[in-house]
Amino acid sequence: MSLVADITLRRGALTVEAGFEVASGETVALLGPNGAGKTSCLHALAGLLRVDGGRIALDGRVLDGGPAGTFVPPEGRDVGVVFQDHLLFPRQSVLDNVAYGLRSRGKDRAAARAAARGWLERVGVAAGHHDAAPATLSGGQAQRVALARALAAAPRALLLDEPLAAVDASARIELRRELRRHLAGFAGPRILVAHDIEDALALADRLVVLEDGRLVQQGPLHELVERPGSRFVADLVGLNCYAGTCAGGEVDVGGARLSVPSTLSGDVLVTVHPRAVSLFRERPDGSPRNLWQAPVEAVEPLPGRARVRLGGPLPIVAEVTPASVTALGLAPGRTTWVAVKATELVVTPR
Amino acid sequence: MKPAARAPTALWVPAALACALFLLPLVGLCWRTPWPQLGDHLASEAVVQALALSLECSAAAALLALLLGLPLAAWLAAGESRLHAAVRVLVTLPMVLPPVVAGVALLLAFGRNGLVGGPLEAWLGVAFPFTTAGVVLAEAWVAMPFFVLTVEGGLRALDPRYAAAAATLGAGPWRVFRTVTLPMLAPALRAGLLVAWARALGEFGATITFAGNLAGHTRTMPLAVYTALETSPEAAIVLSLLLVLVSAAVLFALRRQWFPAR
Repeated sequence: MSLVADITLRRGALTVEAGFEVASGETVALLGPNGAGKTSCLHALAGLLRVDGGRIALDGRVLDGGPAGTFVPPEGRDVGVVFQDHLLFPRQSVLDNVAYGLRSRGKDRAAARAAARGWLERVGVAAGHHDAAPATLSGGQAQRVALARALAAAPRALLLDEPLAAVDASARIELRRELRRHLAGFAGPRILVAHDIEDALALADRLVVLEDGRLVQQGPLHELVERPGSRFVADLVGLNCYAGTCAGGEVDVGGARLSVPSTLSGDVLVTVHPRAVSLFRERPDGSPRNLWQAPVEAVEPLPGRARVRLGGPLPIVAEVTPASVTALGLAPGRTTWVAVKATELVVTPR
Repeated sequence: MKPAARAPTALWVPAALACALFLLPLVGLCWRTPWPQLGDHLASEAVVQALALSLECSAAAALLALLLGLPLAAWLAAGESRLHAAVRVLVTLPMVLPPVVAGVALLLAFGRNGLVGGPLEAWLGVAFPFTTAGVVLAEAWVAMPFFVLTVEGGLRALDPRYAAAAATLGAGPWRVFRTVTLPMLAPALRAGLLVAWARALGEFGATITFAGNLAGHTRTMPLAVYTALETSPEAAIVLSLLLVLVSAAVLFALRRQWFPAR
């Protein structure tokens, strides 16, 4: 019981090639920069785009067999979609929007409305809003209605396109928690397009990363944090990331050299967590292999810690305690010693 | 409330001129109207007949435009092929042609000796020349393009993602069209019906050429005005005034539905 996708899509200059599987009861987040082909993949799964190659199957039933194969149109797929800006039908009440899927499947009006009321209650839309026009809803309420509309049609798989993008920041955290609960209550495969790492982390069991139409990495979050497969992934999870050439236990990053615990040679990606970067006022004793002086560019306070952005030939971000910021006198324009233990550097071949 | 767009005040002068251009002919009509005999003129059988026929025929023509024009507009909005471009030219042609040319062309096609007029009369018993059906056909021919182009514009302006959303909820193409596309298209449909009806109401050239000028059957208000001008100019003025009032009353009564407040 799962969704198996092997998608080739040609969209103008972009060719999307991605293969992934999502098991029932699993949530996968499609992540990637703008224009990477995430939404196109979602549309192919929903049947709104035909694949130019490959195959899409849900629970063993082929939905799209490629250009020469079968193609099940969206209305025959039982794949529910929550669209980015919700796309609630503007001329129908909130209740009729949610009842729409059941009405399409031949349920009579009264039964469909009764079921729709149940779904609206479940997602937390008060009865006072049921007869309202969708345009009168807040972003958060519209998101709940869109989710209820997709779930009420009893789909076998659920797709969500940046479900929290149209919601303002204040409502976001609460909505994310609710969405997590509703996703957990949905038995089929769940796929979520996320632009934002926080949404992906909060909602997904596994991440699939697309860049320029190619699938660059997939796996659970800890895997991506430990071994980011690209600069985008590293930036996404907040790591320092450098592309360089590795030879003889050293990586050359645009002239700067880093000692690494690796015998690889060739093009590599080096990542280091900001917490593993130490800062000193004076040249430290001992022998950290990677030690240099760098100017402080910015100090960003975070709850319980501070991120210190350092310039120089090897720009790096360090995370220190607020006490250290004071003790080291860290402020933009000052210079500090930077040390990184070789063992903290993670080297991935490219 | 959106902030009003600001225009330079100097524009108000030509704007006032435009208003005067529209207003002066109406003032002229009122000025020469024989007010004391107004009641007699209005109550005359010829006027009542012509007005009733005009309203019937223009409504029928608008309805015909809706029934045939909506599918045509939907087809035009769905493609960009050369055939679509050619058909769009064909549909737009009646807007550009002089109506009298339209009348001649209609006669050659649907007249007694026309291309399909003879067979139609023989098989179905429908004759167009000198019949009310001919008036409706002539009016629909000149009015439908306004409906088709308005509705096609409305369809193209619709966000197609709503139809996609409906499809993912299990709705087939017919249900999507009926429950999502048509309701969202309602403003364009109303606007299209209004312009088509207005064009049909004022139709003169094609009607008189194709359907003739037969009192009670094909003599609509514009034809009655034309006929009266030769015999009784006063009656022509009264008829014209009546046509102005009926048109203005309909526009005023429907202003909220057709042109909702922005």
